[in-house]
Amino acid sequence: MESDKSDRLVSSQKSAQLDGLLERLRKGDQIALAKAISLFENDPELIFYLQGELQEILAQSKSHIVGVTGSPGAGKSTLTDAYVSILRREGKRVGIIAVDPSSPFTGGALLGDRIRMKRHFSDDGVFIRSMGSRGNVGGLNDSVFGVIMLYKLYGFDYIIIETVGAGQSEVDIAYVADTVVLVLSPSSGDEIQLMKAGIMEIADVFVVNKADMDGAELLKMNLETVLNFSEVQKPIVMSVATSGRGIDELYQQIEKHRIHLYETGEISQRASRRMKKHAETILDNRIQSILQCVDSNDVNVMVNAVLDEICKSRFGGL
Amino acid sequence: MGSRKIRVLIAKPGLDGHDRGAKVVARGLRDAGMEVIYTGLRQTPEEIVRAAMQEDVDMIGLSILSGAHMSVCKRILELMDQHQFHVPIFVGGIIPADDGEQLMKMGIAAVFGPGTPISDIVSKVEEIVGQKVSE
Repeated sequence: MESDKSDRLVSSQKSAQLDGLLERLRKGDQIALAKAISLFENDPELIFYLQGELQEILAQSKSHIVGVTGSPGAGKSTLTDAYVSILRREGKRVGIIAVDPSSPFTGGALLGDRIRMKRHFSDDGVFIRSMGSRGNVGGLNDSVFGVIMLYKLYGFDYIIIETVGAGQSEVDIAYVADTVVLVLSPSSGDEIQLMKAGIMEIADVFVVNKADMDGAELLKMNLETVLNFSEVQKPIVMSVATSGRGIDELYQQIEKHRIHLYETGEISQRASRRMKKHAETILDNRIQSILQCVDSNDVNVMVNAVLDEICKSRFGGL
Repeated sequence: MGSRKIRVLIAKPGLDGHDRGAKVVARGLRDAGMEVIYTGLRQTPEEIVRAAMQEDVDMIGLSILSGAHMSVCKRILELMDQHQFHVPIFVGGIIPADDGEQLMKMGIAAVFGPGTPISDIVSKVEEIVGQKVSE
């Protein structure tokens, strides 16, 4: 089965198309990059097609992957926009993946992160791709891994991934990014919220955005208290993304973390963590498709029978 | 997972500040199962074409109420030629009937006036993109 994997996945016609796109995108063609992303988005297993020389490039790539997460409306997109301005000032090229939720009912999605990133629409050094979460509940989309690879092949210096508005347990970004930035804003709850497990644990850099609003200092104090319990000293950046206040410091802190990752060798741990997570999503999808094709009727009948049985047992006195 | 989604860019070129119509259409297409990229107010033709390229959309919807539809559409079509990137465009807003015909001749795929039911827009988009949304 292994030996004919790539044949099974890629028809010769499709592979010619892919070869062409990959060659063009490596020369800086954004249309080719966009089309390749669509192919990978609709068929995440195309990553197996990236072999040989391309694998070498991917292994050598030093693109830094920054994850930006936080609750809806905390200012993730605006902060990303401001951060990108600084990266551009430094001459870095930036690829952005902005994920917004897909409807659980229709599969449709309203992808609105671009609205906050208008400044960079006509800049050749910035590429923005919006994605629906398409059934992923961890705050990302299963094809982000493939898109990261394409971005690396294109040669972006920084890859920024903005998650869906994340509450407490959408923590997949921790397995994907090299540096995770958690964006908080005032009036998002008391210090108990900050003590809960989940998203608070995964951040490498904390940002208190909307720092000009009431409650920002209190949030910072509470956050400092909570962070004192952890062994690693994690930075807190106070920012006002709309005015640019604190963004230079955010840039510095991310750089500091990036250098720390390379100095300690943790960067390779992060890379293998990412690879493992990627492998898991592929496995999950394989299992799904096996369940669907083996004998879909049988599986459905079985699952529904068990569901019925559970419901009919009237647990909890319903 | 895996099934192809129709992706549509909804954009508002020019200086008028009324985006209710654009938002209603964006929401309607979303409810029909499409991925809608909404870029907000006051976009230049260059920004719209670039966004469409990067997002690899199947279609662009322009909402224009300012009366500048002829020049805006002409410019966008020129830019698409320049970039050798072509996707069908539909236009909505206050478009006089004569202008609507002109736009279609220029290469705009559809023009929707006020009061067009969302379902009409959805089926037109599906028809033009050549694929049904739910599969």
